[in-house]
Amino acid sequence: MIVERPRDLMVKKILAHGFLLCFLALILFPFLMVLSISFREGNFAVGSLIPEKPTLEHWVLAFGFDYTRADGEVISPPYPVLTWMWNSIKVGVIAGLGVLAIATISAYSFSRIRIRGKAAMLDALFLIQMFPTTLALVAIFAIFDTLGEVSPFLGLDSHVALILIYLSGVTLHIWTIKGYFDSIDRALDNAAAIDGATPWQTFRYVFLPLAVPIMSVVFVLAFIGFINDYPIASVLIRSESQMTLAVGARLYLNEFRYLWGDFAAAAILSGLPITIVFLIAQRYLVRGLSDGAVKG
Amino acid sequence: MSATDIQNMPAETPWLRYGLVGLIAVALLWSAFSLYMIGQALFGAILLGLAACFVVIFGSERFYGSRFIFPGIAAVVIFIAFPVIYTIWIGFTNYSSFNLLTYERAVEVLTSRGTVDQSTEQPFAVALDGEGYRIWLPESGLLSEPVSLAEEATAALVPAAAPDTLLERRDAIRLREGLGLLTLQTPDGAEIRNAGLRTFASVVPDYVQTGPDELTRRDGTVLTANHATGFFESAAAEQVPPGWRVAIGFDNFERIFTSEGIRGPTLSIFAWTFAFAGLSVLFCFSVGLLLAVILQWEHLRFKPVYRVLLILPYAVPSFISILVFKGLFNQNFGEINLILGTLFGIQPNWFTDATLARVMVVIVNVWLGYPYMMLLAMGFLQAVPEDHKKAAALEGASALRVFFTITLPQIIPPFLPLLIAAFAFNFNNLVLIFLLTRGLPDIPGTVIPAGQTDILASFTYRLAFDNAGQQFGLAGAITLLIFLVVAAISYANFVAMRRAAARRSGVS
Repeated sequence: MIVERPRDLMVKKILAHGFLLCFLALILFPFLMVLSISFREGNFAVGSLIPEKPTLEHWVLAFGFDYTRADGEVISPPYPVLTWMWNSIKVGVIAGLGVLAIATISAYSFSRIRIRGKAAMLDALFLIQMFPTTLALVAIFAIFDTLGEVSPFLGLDSHVALILIYLSGVTLHIWTIKGYFDSIDRALDNAAAIDGATPWQTFRYVFLPLAVPIMSVVFVLAFIGFINDYPIASVLIRSESQMTLAVGARLYLNEFRYLWGDFAAAAILSGLPITIVFLIAQRYLVRGLSDGAVKG
Repeated sequence: MSATDIQNMPAETPWLRYGLVGLIAVALLWSAFSLYMIGQALFGAILLGLAACFVVIFGSERFYGSRFIFPGIAAVVIFIAFPVIYTIWIGFTNYSSFNLLTYERAVEVLTSRGTVDQSTEQPFAVALDGEGYRIWLPESGLLSEPVSLAEEATAALVPAAAPDTLLERRDAIRLREGLGLLTLQTPDGAEIRNAGLRTFASVVPDYVQTGPDELTRRDGTVLTANHATGFFESAAAEQVPPGWRVAIGFDNFERIFTSEGIRGPTLSIFAWTFAFAGLSVLFCFSVGLLLAVILQWEHLRFKPVYRVLLILPYAVPSFISILVFKGLFNQNFGEINLILGTLFGIQPNWFTDATLARVMVVIVNVWLGYPYMMLLAMGFLQAVPEDHKKAAALEGASALRVFFTITLPQIIPPFLPLLIAAFAFNFNNLVLIFLLTRGLPDIPGTVIPAGQTDILASFTYRLAFDNAGQQFGLAGAITLLIFLVVAAISYANFVAMRRAAARRSGVS
C-alpha cells in the first residue's frame, strides 16, 4: 500500500485533522475558559461561558491598582501579584546564574581534567540526581530553621536560603553541558596546552566562549525549573511579601476566600511570559534531556 | 563564585589567593563556631569539614584539578545528600510538635514558667525619669531605681514619696513589653514582676532545677528527665510538655507497621502511589505516541501549528495549570460541572468522591504530561528506518501491524530510561496532588492526616508541615520508605540507560 488511492487518502486526511481538532478543543478548553473568566464579573461561575458584561476589574487588580466599580465601591488588590513575580524572577535569575557557573565548571572538569575516581563520581551524581528534593523537605526545614538562629539572613522566609537549596539542582545540567564539551575536538585543548595555557585558561578562553549557546539554554531551563518550584519554596517561605508566584498563587483558591476571577487574570499575567520563554526554549530542552540522559 | 575569583587571579600573586582562601575559611569557621554555640554541633561539624576541604583544595597546588570539581560536589553533598540522610535520621527520632526543642531549651522553658501569687499583687504606675523610667508602687510607697525598659534588668525598690509626673495609663500600657523584662527587688528581698496590665506581684516559679536531669514542681513533685522518651516525668509516669528531641530507634517504623490507624492508610497510599505513577506514565506515553505518529504522517498539513498548540500544556507553568483545573473541577462553582450539568444534568463530586477524585488527578496529570512524551516520541520515531516499514507494508502488513511489530519494538529500548524517569517523577509528584486535592478526600478512621488521593510524598509533606502535630519523626520514617523505592527505580534506570548506551554504540 505504498501508493494509496486518492479517495482513501482524502478520508484518512479528514479523519486525522478531525481527530486532531477535537483533541485540541479538549486540551485548549482550560485556557479559553481562564481567558473568559478573567473578563467575567465576580468571582464565581455564574451565567454563560462567554462573559455577557466584560469587565477589566480582575486585570486592574492583578496589576496592583485599586478598581472602582460602577456603584462607587472601591476594590483593593487581594494579593501582591507583581511582588510575587518579582520575587520569582529575582530568585530564578540568581539561582540560575549560580547553577550555570557551578555546572559549567564541573562539566569542564568532568570532561577534560584527570581526577581520580571521576567515573565513580559521575555515576554517583547520576544516582543522586534521581532523588528529588521532596525527600529532604523535613531536613531542609530543620536546617534553615536552625541557621535562622545564627542569622535571620539565612533562616526561614529568606530568599538566600531558597537560592542555596536551588543550587543543588546542578546535577542534571552538569550532564547536559558535559555532553556538549565531550563533543568538542581534543585538538583544541592540545593546541592551547602547547601555547602554555593552564587548564583554567583553557577553560576561560577556549571552552567558555564555545559554550555560550548551550549555557544560555541551561540557564533558561534552570530558571524555568526554579520559577515552577513549589515544594521547597512553600516549606521555606511563609510571609506573604516574600512568597514566590508558585507559593502565592494557591492563596487565590482558598476555600474561605475563593477569588476565581482574580486568579484567572493573575494566572494569565504571570503565566504568559514564562510560557513564551518556554516555547522558545523547548526545542533545546528535549534535545538536552534525551542527549544528556543517554550519553555516558 | 569564590572558585572563579580565586582562579582568575594572575599566577604571580599567590599571596592574594592565600588571602582570599584565608578570608573565606575564617568566615566558614566563624559560622561553624556560631552553630556549635547554639547547640547544633552536627551542622557546625559539617561547616568545619567544608572549611577544611576548601583550604586544602584551594591552598595546595597538588589539588589543582579538584578545584574545578569542588563547587559542584560541595553543592550536591550539602544540599541533596546531607538533607536526604538527615531526613531519614529524623525518622529515628521523636521530633514533632511535642518534642520540638533541644533538651537545654526545654529546661529553660519549664524553669521560666511561673505562677502569680495573688496575695502579693499590687498596682503600679510608671514615672518618667529623664531618658529612663521609674516604677512607683503606691500601695507600699516604693519607688524603683531608674530603668531603661529596653533590656532584661533587675532594679531595687526604695521607700520614697510619690513622683510628680506619672504616665497616663495608656502610655504605660504601651511599655508593657519592656515591663515584662523587669524584675524589682523589694527592700525585704522579695522579687516581684509585672503580672498584668495594672499590677506587679511576686511570681513563684512552677519548676525549679534541683539537680542534673531533675526538676521539682511547685507542689513538691520531683520530675526526672527521661532521655528515652524526651520528656520530664514524675514517679507516676506523668509527662510534662514541652519535651525534647531524642533518638527513639525503630519506634516510628513500628508505629507505621503495627498501629492500625497508621498502617491501613499507609498501605492504601503506598498502593495508590504506584497506581498513580504507573497509570500516568502509561496514558501519557500512549497519548503522546499516538499524537506523534499522526504528526509524523507525511500527508498531514499544518504540522508546525498542531505541534505548538499540542505542547501548550507543557509550556504553561504547571502550578498555574493545576490551579486552573482545581477551579474548573470545583463542584459548586466550576465550569466543568456547569457544562456537565447543562448537557447531561449531572454534577459529579470531583473532590469528595474517592474514585472520581483519583480519576480527576490522573486526567489532569495526563493533560500535563503527554506533550513531553509526544516530543520525545517524535524524536525517536524519526530514528526508525523507513525501509523496514516499507518492506513490511509491501508484504501486505496493515498499518497497525507495522506499528506494533516494527516501530514499537525499535523505540521502546531508547524510551525505557525516560519512561522510568517519568515514573520516578510522578512517584514524587507532590505539586500536582498538593495543589489539586491536598490529598483529600480523607480516608475514614485514621489517626493521622491521610487522604484517598495522597501519594507518599504528599502524605509525608502533610505529616510534617500541615497543622497536624508536625510529626517530623514519622515523616522522616516514611521518607526512608520512599527513599528505598526511589533507590530501586534509580538503579533500574541506571541499568536501562547503560543498556541503551551499549546498544547505541553497538549499532553505530
